[in-house]
Amino acid sequence: MLEELGRNYFELFGIPKSFEIDNTQLTGRYHDLQRRFHPDKYANASDQERRLSMQVTAQINEALQTLRDPVRRGRYLLMLAGIEMNDETDTKMDPGFLMEQMELREALAAVDTTSNPLAKLEEIMTEVDGGREVRLQKLSQLFSAGDDKAHSEIRKLLRELQFLQKIYSEIEELEEVFI
Amino acid sequence: MAYSDKVLDHYENPRNVGSMDKDDSSVGTGMVGAPACGDVMRLQIKVSKDGVIEDAKFKTYGCGSAIASSSLVTEWVKGKTLEQAQQIKNSQIAEELALPPVKIHCSVLAEDAIRAAVEDYQSKQSEKDDSSSSAA
Repeated sequence: MLEELGRNYFELFGIPKSFEIDNTQLTGRYHDLQRRFHPDKYANASDQERRLSMQVTAQINEALQTLRDPVRRGRYLLMLAGIEMNDETDTKMDPGFLMEQMELREALAAVDTTSNPLAKLEEIMTEVDGGREVRLQKLSQLFSAGDDKAHSEIRKLLRELQFLQKIYSEIEELEEVFI
Repeated sequence: MAYSDKVLDHYENPRNVGSMDKDDSSVGTGMVGAPACGDVMRLQIKVSKDGVIEDAKFKTYGCGSAIASSSLVTEWVKGKTLEQAQQIKNSQIAEELALPPVKIHCSVLAEDAIRAAVEDYQSKQSEKDDSSSSAA
């Protein structure tokens, strides 16, 4: 069972190791793999095989979550290239970027004092979304250029995207409150 | 996850929240961020002519542990020289606040913020020296 898994998530799904992926192909391959390794198919197998099938299924799910999300996919590609993200120990970020994040968060915290909180939230969301789009496009350019020297720029963009995703989900939560 | 009493105390009554004029040459500003949780921390120090930190302010967007860590270091750095402030270690912050292992990175953030603020202040001073010597 295990030898079919490949050396990384891309091999597991039988797709090219690349930042650009075909989502339809990814989902199709996911369903194939799920069918093949589903624990139900091993109901009459040995304990060991059953355990293995559960482990493999968990890994297939983890692989799907990783490959489907562009930020996680990018981080995974860097990891395969031997680049560390050091999320918890490297706190140095572009000061201008952090300033913007501070301002976005201040605006978010003051949203309930504005006359139309939902409109203000929408405005902040558009700004965050714009920043995300620009970075995702740049990421895809840098990855497709395939230049190892771009790794540090890619890492920087991915780190910034993590902040933007975090604030994006906070905006979504706030929207629930005001709707 | 349960926060320690000390974290709760700083979280509910944060010390020295606010900002200082970042263009003031006696003020050092440190901005740091944690990509894992999206926390942003700004720590500012006001330094006297003899190199002692007279005042400190912070603004942090993040979890309770990040807020408590920055609130605590504003108290700790006051009255210290720049050298003493730079010696504050994240392990001391984590120990004082009884941070669990998953929150240690919040204390790293606070330690790095102090260092960034001191470096910002020092670079402002050397710029001032440069401009005064070139003017002379």
